[in-house]
Parts: sequence; structure tokens; C-alpha cells
Amino acid sequence: MRQVFVPVLAIVLFLLFWEGLVWVNDWPNYKMASPSDLWPAFWRFKWLFLTFGWETLWRTVVGLLIAIVVGVLLGMVMGFSRVLREGLYPLLVGFNAIPKATVVPIVALMFVGQHDLNTVLIAFMISFFPIAVSVSIGLSTLEPEYRDILRALGASQMTIFWKIALPKTLPEFFGALKVAVTLAFIGTNLMEIVSPHGRGLGALFDSGKTNSDYPLMFAVLISLAMLGIALYYVVVVLERIFAGWAERQTD
Amino acid sequence: MTPALHKDLIRIDGVSHTFTTESGSLPVLDNLTLGVPENGFTAIVGPSGCGKSTVTRLVAGLLKPDAGSVWLQGQEVTSPRSVVGMAFQNPVLLEWRSILKNVMLPLEIVSSSLSSAAREARARDLLKLVGLAGFEDKRPSELSGGMRQRASLCRALVHQPEVLILDEPFGALDAFTREDLWQTMHRLREEEPFTGVLITHDLREAIFLADEVIVLSGRPATVQYTKALPQRGPRSLDQLYTPEATETLNILREQIKIAREGEEPGS
Repeated sequence: MRQVFVPVLAIVLFLLFWEGLVWVNDWPNYKMASPSDLWPAFWRFKWLFLTFGWETLWRTVVGLLIAIVVGVLLGMVMGFSRVLREGLYPLLVGFNAIPKATVVPIVALMFVGQHDLNTVLIAFMISFFPIAVSVSIGLSTLEPEYRDILRALGASQMTIFWKIALPKTLPEFFGALKVAVTLAFIGTNLMEIVSPHGRGLGALFDSGKTNSDYPLMFAVLISLAMLGIALYYVVVVLERIFAGWAERQTD
Repeated sequence: MTPALHKDLIRIDGVSHTFTTESGSLPVLDNLTLGVPENGFTAIVGPSGCGKSTVTRLVAGLLKPDAGSVWLQGQEVTSPRSVVGMAFQNPVLLEWRSILKNVMLPLEIVSSSLSSAAREARARDLLKLVGLAGFEDKRPSELSGGMRQRASLCRALVHQPEVLILDEPFGALDAFTREDLWQTMHRLREEEPFTGVLITHDLREAIFLADEVIVLSGRPATVQYTKALPQRGPRSLDQLYTPEATETLNILREQIKIAREGEEPGS
């Protein structure tokens, strides 16, 4: 009960503060739209919000799934081999340091017209890094005794990975996945806003901008936030199921 | 030497080993030779960092010696074998498994003809023997340090290994818990026959548990002194405070002192 009530109250208070701030300063719409302006914008474009929201969501999820597969594989490679870790780390850090907004036009040119592929690609590129790093750290910091108890019995590397290394890394993996979820949304929207895509919430934001429909722009931001929260809690539920043992019992 | 000559269940023959680190090579064992007879229990003591843990890794087959050979049951050890059970100072229990499932872990690796019901019964029996009945479904983090170490001993013994290797398993426990666990060890030894090697830096623990105490010299280690204890099997804690026990302790303490003085400076 408290778990639902407290966050809802926090959101309501935030909206009231926002409304009050706009009202007190008497800001016009183009400076800052207030929450009461957003609902008409939502209602007017409700079908667009639904279809474009779905577009943005599925591209983000697909990009994220690819990021999980690639990130975990990279993390495994770097976690098990010191040589590969030393070789790949600077490359990965360098790649991650490149602002993805600059990659967007490159990718858009590289795969001209393939909007779905481009968007998924950017979502993937922006979100695989934390996953790879957390998995590699989780695997490389496994205490040798954990390996030894199974190795002394003649267990294979694969058995050690499945029975010990993988489950032991799950809490770190889910921690990284929570970061990756929000990053993937940023990636999807970068592409949807920058490239002449015509689809997705990013494009709706862009059309709000061209039409000077400021409440619409804010409404897109809010719906993005809501999608982000929803996907984040999907990860939280998965974490409870697969790595719930890592949570400390509080009561 | 031929295997037939090895009467001991565990035999270490002229083993030398050197670790190569970034700062150069570090010889840890130098022509080490020792044996443990079947169902014997040998404690190995020595200055810290003298290579005691290396001995356990050699016996377990986790490490190959640079020179010399290690034999178990008359067969040369070239790779890990499931006849070995190990317990360390860190109980390394898997937090995502219940205590029962932790104890059953080796049975998932070692091929066994036991049915799953029989495996579970075996694990439950062992847990009962060490006083953990009723804690089977708890998570490791819900148990005290001493209880976790008891569970770790059960896991080391669940597949009925010929050899039990204990690498300072009681080192991190408080004095009272440690004495409790010493008595548990004697109980286990009566119920579950095994040949044991105990690495420890607690001399009292060595003379309370073992049949024979071996003092290793400083690095690179070799056998410096061997003390056979008069009594095998269970004993009471009172026996640690008899004049004979005190005398043995003093001899061993003196030997450790000699071993430390013999070490190269800087270590």
C-alpha cells in the first residue's frame, strides 16, 4: 500500500509544484507549458500517441535486447580473459565517450531509409556499454575459492559458469540493465528526432516543434517519461524473480 | 619410485614449486616430502605465507608441481579428482541457494548412482550431524559464521570423498565457536571416515584435531619437524591443558620460531 501511495503522492506534488510555478510566473506556453495544458494535447493526438508510443517502445526494447546479448557476450569474453579485457577496454571506453548524437547522422547515411534498423542500432549502441562492463567486472572479481570448490571436483569451465559465475553476476547485471533501459530510450529518441523519420514519439516531438505546439512537445516528454518508468519497473520485476536472493531482508 | 611403494593414501614426493609474479619468481616449496596414511589426519603448520595453501592446491590437483609428484591412493595426481573435498577459511556458500541445496552442490557435479531423494537424505543427515537440523531451507546470509562453516564442512563431505582438505577453515571464527567446531570435526571423523589434511596457524587446533603435526620451514618450504601425537580420535578440550599438551605446544612454538628465523629477510 505504502509502496504505491508514496510514489503517487510524490508525482501529484510534483505536478502541483509545476502548475504553481507556471501560474505564479505567468509564463506563456512557449516558455513552459503547465500540466493543465498537457491533457488537451494528449487528448487531441491520442491515436498518434498510442501508435507512435508503441513504435518508440518496440524499437527501444529490440535495441535493448540486442544490447543485452552483445553486452553479456562482451562481458563474458572480458571477464574470462585478461588479455582480451586489457585489449578491449580502451576501445569500449572510447566508443562510449563518443556522443551518440554525432553518430546519428552517420548511421542515418550509412543505412539510408532503413529507419527501423537505424533507430534500433542507436538504441543498442548507447546501452550495451554498462551491461558489458558490469558482467565483465562480476566475472573477473569472482573469488578463486568459488571456482575451486567446483574445479576440485573436476567440473568443466561451462559448469562453473552456469552454476556459479552466472548467478553470482546477476545482481550486477540487473543494476546495469536499469541504467541501460533509460539510455536505450535516449538512443531511440535521438534517432527519431534527428532523422526525417516521421514515426515514433521523437517525430511527434519534432512536429510539435515545427508547428509551435508547445503543449504537445511537453506532452511527448511526459509520455516518454511514463514509458521509461514502465520499462524500468519491468526490469525491477525481472530482478526480483531472478536475483531476488541478493535483496536484504529489511523486516 | 613406483606407486606400489606408496603405503600412504596421500603422498607428496620431493615437490618443488615456484610462482612467477610480475616482480620475479618466488620459490614456495623446496623438495617437500610428506605422507598421510589412510584415515590419518595431519595438521600442517608454519609461518604465514610459507606455502601451506599451495600444498592443498597440489593435493587437490588444482596446481601442478614444477618438480616432484603428488599421489592419491597410489595414483599420480595430474588433474582434479572427485575423491577430494575442500573447505576454506571463507565458507563460499552460494547465496542464491538454500543451505540444503548448497550442501548438495557437489552431488550435481560428481557422477553418482544415488537417486535425487537419496542425495537429499544424505545432505540432511550430514546437516543433522553437525547440528544444523532445521536450518536446511535458510539462506546462507541468515546463518552465523560458525553455522556457515558447518554447512561448508557438510558440502566438503557430502560426496564421501577419500580426502578432506581443510585450509584454515576455523581461522575467522571466535574462540568459543572454534572449539565447538573442533568437537564437530571429531564427530564427523567418527561417522565419516576420511583422510584429512588441515592447514592451520592455531597450534592448539593442530594438536586437538590431528594425529600428526608437520611444521614447515619458511619460504621456500620444506618439512622442518614432524610431531606424532600420542592419541588418535576424539579427545576432550581438557586434554589441551595437561602438562603433556603444554609441552607439545612449547615444542611446536619453538619450531615455528626457528622456521621464521630461517626465512629470508623482507618476507
